[in-house]
Amino acid sequence: MSLLTRALLSSAVALAFSSSAIAATELTVYTAIESDDLQKYAERFNEAYPDIEINWVRDSTGVITARLLAEKDNPQADVVWGLAATSLLVLEKEGMLSRYAPKGVEALDPKFVDPASRDGQDPAWVGTDAWVASICYNTIEGERQGLSIPTSWEDLTRPEFKGHVIMPNPNSSGTGYLDVASWMQLWGEDEAWGYMDRLHDNIARYTHSGSAPCNLAASGEAVAGVSFAFRGARLKSQGAPIEIVFPEDGVGWDMEAAAIIKGGENREAAETLMDWAVSREANELYNEGYAVVAYPGVAQPIENYPANITELMIDADFSWAANNRERLLEEWQRRYDGKSDSQ
Amino acid sequence: MIARLSAFGSQHFSSETLLRLIALLAALGLLVIGLLFPLFSMLIKSLQDRSGDFVGLANFAKYIHTPALVGSIANSLFVALTSTAIVVGLAFLCAYGITRTCMSGKRVFRMISLLPILAPSLLPAISLVYLFGNQGWFRGVLMDESIYGPIGIIIGMCFWIFPHALMILTTALSNSDARLYEAAEALGTPKWRSFLTITLPGARYGLISCAFVVFTLAITDFGVPKIIGGQFSVLATDIYSQVVGQQNFQMGAVVSVILLLPALASFVVDRWIQRRQVAQLSARAVPWQPTPSPLRDRCFTFICYTIGAAILLIIGTAIYASLVQFWPYNLSLTFKHYTFEALAGGGWAAWFNSLTLAFSVALIGTLVIFFNAWLIEKSEGYRSLRQGLHFLAMLPMAVPGMVLGLAYIFFFNQADNPLNWIYGTMAILVLNTLVHFYTVCHLTSVTALKQLDPEFEAAGASLKVPFWTTFRRVTLPVSLPAVLDISVYLFVNTMTTVSAVVFLYNSDTRLASVAVMHLDEAGYFASAAAMAVLIFFTSLAVKIAHAALTRLLLTRAQSWRQTSQTSTA
Repeated sequence: MSLLTRALLSSAVALAFSSSAIAATELTVYTAIESDDLQKYAERFNEAYPDIEINWVRDSTGVITARLLAEKDNPQADVVWGLAATSLLVLEKEGMLSRYAPKGVEALDPKFVDPASRDGQDPAWVGTDAWVASICYNTIEGERQGLSIPTSWEDLTRPEFKGHVIMPNPNSSGTGYLDVASWMQLWGEDEAWGYMDRLHDNIARYTHSGSAPCNLAASGEAVAGVSFAFRGARLKSQGAPIEIVFPEDGVGWDMEAAAIIKGGENREAAETLMDWAVSREANELYNEGYAVVAYPGVAQPIENYPANITELMIDADFSWAANNRERLLEEWQRRYDGKSDSQ
Repeated sequence: MIARLSAFGSQHFSSETLLRLIALLAALGLLVIGLLFPLFSMLIKSLQDRSGDFVGLANFAKYIHTPALVGSIANSLFVALTSTAIVVGLAFLCAYGITRTCMSGKRVFRMISLLPILAPSLLPAISLVYLFGNQGWFRGVLMDESIYGPIGIIIGMCFWIFPHALMILTTALSNSDARLYEAAEALGTPKWRSFLTITLPGARYGLISCAFVVFTLAITDFGVPKIIGGQFSVLATDIYSQVVGQQNFQMGAVVSVILLLPALASFVVDRWIQRRQVAQLSARAVPWQPTPSPLRDRCFTFICYTIGAAILLIIGTAIYASLVQFWPYNLSLTFKHYTFEALAGGGWAAWFNSLTLAFSVALIGTLVIFFNAWLIEKSEGYRSLRQGLHFLAMLPMAVPGMVLGLAYIFFFNQADNPLNWIYGTMAILVLNTLVHFYTVCHLTSVTALKQLDPEFEAAGASLKVPFWTTFRRVTLPVSLPAVLDISVYLFVNTMTTVSAVVFLYNSDTRLASVAVMHLDEAGYFASAAAMAVLIFFTSLAVKIAHAALTRLLLTRAQSWRQTSQTSTA
């Protein structure tokens, strides 16, 4: 570099740093939380702990998972907050999570806590809420195309739905993967692949994120978007002409969960965040978007969510979903990747 | 520091040559660290497996046996070649209209035709969804074809590459010798024949060069296929899918090497042709002036303004899309999408980061690149070093942004790299963007410097003025218009680029152009449009300020020339 460059470059670097040099502790948090909620999450946390500034790194579940795995030897994240439990199980298998029992974790529904804690170990991760698959169905476009509202997963394979269905790519999207994993668990692998082959014929395209199909259905680019209930409920409240369909054969779900990444420099702040993430206030926050949360007795009904949602949620086996994740995704890619949005 | 060095230099004159050598070596260091080493790391990576063991060409073999990946080569070539044919054809018509006819409204058309440069390439893709998507106004035009795919990609590419082609061809067609046309007319040659035998051959180097530039831009573009490509994958989006979607860095490196090939080939051929080009304009050439011809002029006005209308339609659509409440079911207008309500990508903070980055790159890049070009052009001795530097400065043009960005991950994210600390900071974005856009700035500098009399340096040396003083007091001020051009080029390109920086930003350094992509991915189409429009208007404001400043400078320079003339008289 020429002499001038070096001087100028260092001043530019100083400029870039000066803006963020004020807060006391900075915590890098990787997340797949819906981005319209990120600021709210940080604000609520800062009401309790104003000295810790959260630096979000947000992307779809698959991307964040892949990124964490790639950074295994040189971790950049301090905490993961709001990532699929199936992903955290994969990270745990790689030995990337640091065990910690957040203060108050005993109060949570045991289903939401790393099963290892039952053997006396500190949990590697704790769940926060459940997010549930659903179909966003655009009633206006459905009528225009002469379609009837689907009630089961199989309905989406009816010939008249050809080109009108959009679903997330399970490689990038946690919602996409929970669909695939839940079909596998509902019907067995062979039948699930058969179903997806038929569904593939009707799919217009596979999107990068799990909320995109619902957004596309809401704006009439598609009639039916395989997505999740949170996004559907929120879009409906914004005035989108959609119905949120929970197929009667059962819906897949996954937990959003939090964990500390091994090797981070801000251990104390990371533990503080974990403590807050299992608190009652935090669970009330989760409940603003999700009908099922980890803290018993907190959940209030949410606008546009069906009341019987818990009955429809399948008996999901997260460790199976985590252990078979790589294999299923590879097979999925081999079969269907041609219709995917570039991720 | 410079003052101290200059005192040092005037005491020991021979140390000035040493200093010049150090400066040349520093320039070499910048390009070696910022370009060669990263590319080399990438090449190595493509020959390794996940755990870093050497596996030879195994990754390439795997690539060839994955149909979904190999298919992208044909897709990329198809899209790039089609776009090239369309863009070069349209740009030639418009350039012909501008230089060879008396069509009306040339100035206005030229201004409109430049607008696409100011927008990220994601903008046309977003507009096309509103124009031709399932709910689009012109849905019927496409019959039953989907806009998500090659059609959308090609239209989007044509939109944002058009200005580049038009600029090259306008320059190529302005160099004409009226004496040839007069001779042809005297010999009774028909108009179409003189077009084929004089106009086309005269512009052939410009045409070929233009075709290569357009092809390279089209095959390496990421923004358009990312947004509107749907299931139609191309090489640039494959790199992104492999790296970001699956974190398969080895396969990302393989696709990068493959994408590098057509770009490099196009670069080599273009260099070869440029070398064969001989000056066709002798000093005695008389510039050709078009004479009015109502029918022809009206035809060209029509053609140019149809294209101008299409450009305005696409930009207008993006603006409209950013203002509609809930498209297509609630068409009332609102500014709420500009609040970005803490959506993916960082909202206004990202825009501010982009602004910081663009100003830093414009300032640092202009000084560094111009100074380096001056060292290369105006130094004596170290001939091979200077030639090597010139070649290195030409190389970034052939390296696609996606490839450069990925190469930076490989090189700078190694734990044992002493420069590892810049990974994830604004500094790596500055360095990457500076190198990415190096070539055009270098060429602009060289052109400006070649117009300066070498006597300046000789006079400076004989007066025992150190070279940096000559540079600061004479070369830089005299070349100010070119320097301003470079800085605004860097600013606008930094604001709008996605491809290189998409791998390198971090939670503190999120950028507006990347935010457009993330907003679109998550399905916030109106906010994505809003961010793209914001980038467009930011670039437009800077461009207007630049035009005003250049005019001011030129009038001042002109008045200085006039006073000096009067004083001599």
